[in-house]
Amino acid sequence: MSTVVGGVFTSHVPAIGAAIAKGLQNDPYWKPFFDGFPPVQRWLQQVKPNVAVVFYNDHGLNFFLDKMPTFAVGAAARYENADEGWGLPLFKPFEGAADLSWHIIEQMVESEFDPTTCQSMLVDHSLAIPFELCWPEAETWPVKIVPIAVNTVQHPLPSPARCLALGRAVGRALDSWAGNEKIVVMGTGGLSHQLDGERAGFINTPYDLFCLDNLATDPDALVKQSSLDIIEQAGSQGVELLNWIAARGALTGQVEELSRNYHVPISNTAAATVLLENKALVAA
Amino acid sequence: MTTSTLAHADARRTIPGTPIFDGPAAMQGYALNSMCFSFNDQANREAFIENEEAYFDRFNLSEAQRIAVRNRDVLGMIAAGGNIYYLAKLAGIFGLNVQDVGAAQTGVTVDEFKAGLLSHQVTISQQQECVA
Repeated sequence: MSTVVGGVFTSHVPAIGAAIAKGLQNDPYWKPFFDGFPPVQRWLQQVKPNVAVVFYNDHGLNFFLDKMPTFAVGAAARYENADEGWGLPLFKPFEGAADLSWHIIEQMVESEFDPTTCQSMLVDHSLAIPFELCWPEAETWPVKIVPIAVNTVQHPLPSPARCLALGRAVGRALDSWAGNEKIVVMGTGGLSHQLDGERAGFINTPYDLFCLDNLATDPDALVKQSSLDIIEQAGSQGVELLNWIAARGALTGQVEELSRNYHVPISNTAAATVLLENKALVAA
Repeated sequence: MTTSTLAHADARRTIPGTPIFDGPAAMQGYALNSMCFSFNDQANREAFIENEEAYFDRFNLSEAQRIAVRNRDVLGMIAAGGNIYYLAKLAGIFGLNVQDVGAAQTGVTVDEFKAGLLSHQVTISQQQECVA
């Protein structure tokens, strides 16, 4: 029987990838952000998950406006990164857990969600950077992946409550998977930041801390508002919080926060890293 | 501006200084965003650099979109339907990062924009002993 061991939540700013490529982890600007990862790396070394289910948002690499799915699930044996427009070094390819992908898809549809299924799917920095941060020494990734993309680009966006429910449907699918994998869930992006408009540079630490304080203990507190409310509070791209909310939903057991790190600013972003442990509920 | 945009305008929520990239914006900006999406390919970036006007023609940009790109006017590009996730690829061609783009939109220098971000500087870190 598979086990969902926990969740890793982290920002995915492209500049993080550039900082890694340049070896700037101990640079004074970057160190307070990278310092959030040794606890996550140690935990991953101890627990050794072999599958990662990743909630993220595509930034115009795999999806364009010609066809924009609200929720898309990868069901491929292999995923590659590609040039995202900046000619940066490519991220290492990922092996897919395609059997689990189809089980998740079946269970999602059973739960009345209607995802787009992708047997061919490029994955961007939003998916790859968390892996670089979690397994910095890896020559090949120690986990197979199931990528789940959430539309945070073109409105209407899915509601926060819908994303939490989606995550819970995925969590039920993982709990019912007959394989013996150890599964880690990942949610990428956020926290507060805004790249566009006259309000560019917007940061809202009180709101970010509200999210961090409730992520483990009361995720329903994060979904009482609409996605537009989140944009007002967290900035246009702060709405990537939807990926965190969905990932949190996939942890269906007893959830405990093992570490958190919050640092402003990284690029234009309030950057955060959270590690949650998930333990199966014991029947009363 | 289409009739449907106007018909919806009253009902649509606005957040000051914050573009909401909705259906009407996505329709209005399709050509510009298509052009930016093409910049995932190095050969296309080079073709754009070689002849911007010809590249505008290839993607059938509207006049407003051409003017905004010629002027490197980010707010103008957004007003013409540009989405920041795609515009970021164009900004990369011009050698601009998100601080440069932020400064351009907010009417401050890049140093002032960075100082604004740094005014929020804070680090909060906590962990349980088992992972410390």
